[in-house]
Amino acid sequence: MSTTIPIGPFHPVLEEPEYITLQVEGETVVSADIELGRIHRGMELLAQEKTFDQDVFLVERICGICSASHSWAATLAMEDIVGITVPDRARYLRTIVHELERLHSHMLWVGLAGHIIGYWTIFMWGWKYREPVLDALEAITGNRNNYAWYCPGGVRRDVPDEVWPPVLKSMDEFAEKTSMLINVILNDPVILGRLKGVGILTKEDAIAYGVLGPTARGSGVDIDVRRDEPYGAYDEVDWDVIVQPDGDCLAVGVVRLLEMIEATKIIKQCIKKLPKGEIRNEVREIPRGEGIGRIEAPRGECFHFIRSNGTNMPERHKMRAPTFLNIPSYRPRVKGETISDATLIFAVIDPCYSCTERIAAIDPGGSKIANGRDLMKLSHQKTEWLRKNL
Amino acid sequence: MASTLGLLLSFLIFPGLLFTAAMGLATQWVDRKVSALVQWRVGPPWYQPFADILKLLGKEIVIPAGARRAGFLFAPMAGFAAVGVVSTMLWLTNLNGAGFVGDLIGVIYLLTIPSLGIILGASASSNPLASVGASREMKLVLAYELPFIIAIFTAVTKVSPMTLRLDGILEYQAANGVLLGNVSCILAFIVCILVAQAKLTYPPFDIPEADTEIMDGTHIEYSGAALAIIKLQQAMLLFTLPILFITVFWGGLVFSGWNILYTIVKYLIIIVIIVLIKNVNPRVRIDQAMRFFWGPVTLIAVVGMVLAILGF
Repeated sequence: MSTTIPIGPFHPVLEEPEYITLQVEGETVVSADIELGRIHRGMELLAQEKTFDQDVFLVERICGICSASHSWAATLAMEDIVGITVPDRARYLRTIVHELERLHSHMLWVGLAGHIIGYWTIFMWGWKYREPVLDALEAITGNRNNYAWYCPGGVRRDVPDEVWPPVLKSMDEFAEKTSMLINVILNDPVILGRLKGVGILTKEDAIAYGVLGPTARGSGVDIDVRRDEPYGAYDEVDWDVIVQPDGDCLAVGVVRLLEMIEATKIIKQCIKKLPKGEIRNEVREIPRGEGIGRIEAPRGECFHFIRSNGTNMPERHKMRAPTFLNIPSYRPRVKGETISDATLIFAVIDPCYSCTERIAAIDPGGSKIANGRDLMKLSHQKTEWLRKNL
Repeated sequence: MASTLGLLLSFLIFPGLLFTAAMGLATQWVDRKVSALVQWRVGPPWYQPFADILKLLGKEIVIPAGARRAGFLFAPMAGFAAVGVVSTMLWLTNLNGAGFVGDLIGVIYLLTIPSLGIILGASASSNPLASVGASREMKLVLAYELPFIIAIFTAVTKVSPMTLRLDGILEYQAANGVLLGNVSCILAFIVCILVAQAKLTYPPFDIPEADTEIMDGTHIEYSGAALAIIKLQQAMLLFTLPILFITVFWGGLVFSGWNILYTIVKYLIIIVIIVLIKNVNPRVRIDQAMRFFWGPVTLIAVVGMVLAILGF
């Protein structure tokens, strides 16, 4: 006799509303059903009603974490239509921000994975280690998330040179701490007992379901847009694609952990090789035509397609986030596992969620109402402070 | 009549429900503060656990439509009362030597009531996730009870003449040194600490109320004062279990001169060990937990028992 166990729409594991129903016999999952579409925001239609410049800001807000990935993919698609190249300095600056985003995204996942298996200490430590990365992002771009950094033809702002030494230092520290964390995780018998051999996605299944990013690389599928179709500065720096053959939760976790080390390597090389010069080639208008942008986002390949009819708004803007392809792989993964592992197996693809809060305005003397202008001022003050004190 | 009133007062106020609840919440603050230190946080102020309970007491109790009302509401009370009785018995024995024949059996029996109450209440709530939690709690109880009983009876075996009275065990320890000085009782003590982890449903054995798996499982439908009672019961258990272990293995509670400090240190050591285990382990699966308790833990307990019989 099978029972139905609901996960969601609201569940401590899922920061987004998503609804999964598990058919279970005892504690064993027989089959699973996933219901998507609870946070449809009409972004693609909205994109057709905004100008190309506004679009970059719009797609940045698809996800609070992948904001660099989406906006870079969109600008790549626009540049593809125009047929324009980007100045060298802009390519490197774009790469640095993108890799910093990968760092904080993966570290966030490590913390969440700890939370899901009930290991609060990993959660707290992971998120503490993530904080210097966000500080580095704020020092470089002015924002912790939603960087407003990419624009067609280059990047929006230049970075003063004095920002780089503290960022380099914090990358060294981050790599050190991450290595420590990797040691802790891979040598803890209880963690291994929870993760090893759980939720296996075979290489065949991974290819059949077309999964992307760390999910695919954890199943032994050797794909990575950064290497296969280089963009930015990825072909000019030395780094490795991490692939693990096992396909279980542990393998995907190891891929993410080791990718963080690779990302720090990329960032350090980019900062050291950062050329001088222009940061932006002017794009006056976007002609009639079609263009695509492909980016290796932290969760896998992020794809943007834009068709322009010669006006200042796109005729069609199609965005495909990696989670869309990764979610169906949950079904072969969860079959035959227990309820205890069901949420962990779901979280192993790192389903993307879109909520990050920026500022809490607190006045100890009582409540204070801050308008948008006040918040901007506070934000600028904090960035200035951070650049001096990082 | 006077003695009945005295007993009632000692059950309700000191050292029973009220005192135990207050001490339990204070202990929970120690737990939260130590956890915060481990996790590089600041931690809450000392009154936070009290404020939490006070807040819950003021909230509405929602009873789900399909639930069995009486069972749903009565079950938490049973566990709450049982822990109160255990605490009263332990304190009266420690303070006045007021034991009775077989009170140790009573303590072991009463300590399973909270788990049974949780199982009953969860089953009565008619929530599928709660029933998953209840079945996990049931498996967990089956897993840890055997090593727990063996471990407690190791102490009983070690005491000569063998006695099932708590005050008998205390008198023996007062005369011959604490039981924790023996190899057999150290093993039994380790087993007891591990079992305490499961009885308190702390990580790595917080399986019945895994929030990220089954959304607090057994407690999912509880709210308001009923939830407060469950939380209080857990806090009281956190206070009572170390007292039981100190009484049985570590010379009991002594409140004269410098011994007050020693007693508090003993208590805090046990609490900190429990909290540290809680903070450096992820949650295990229920099958792993059962294998752990029936395998290595029972083995350690049996070895301890055999050593005790051999006189170590």
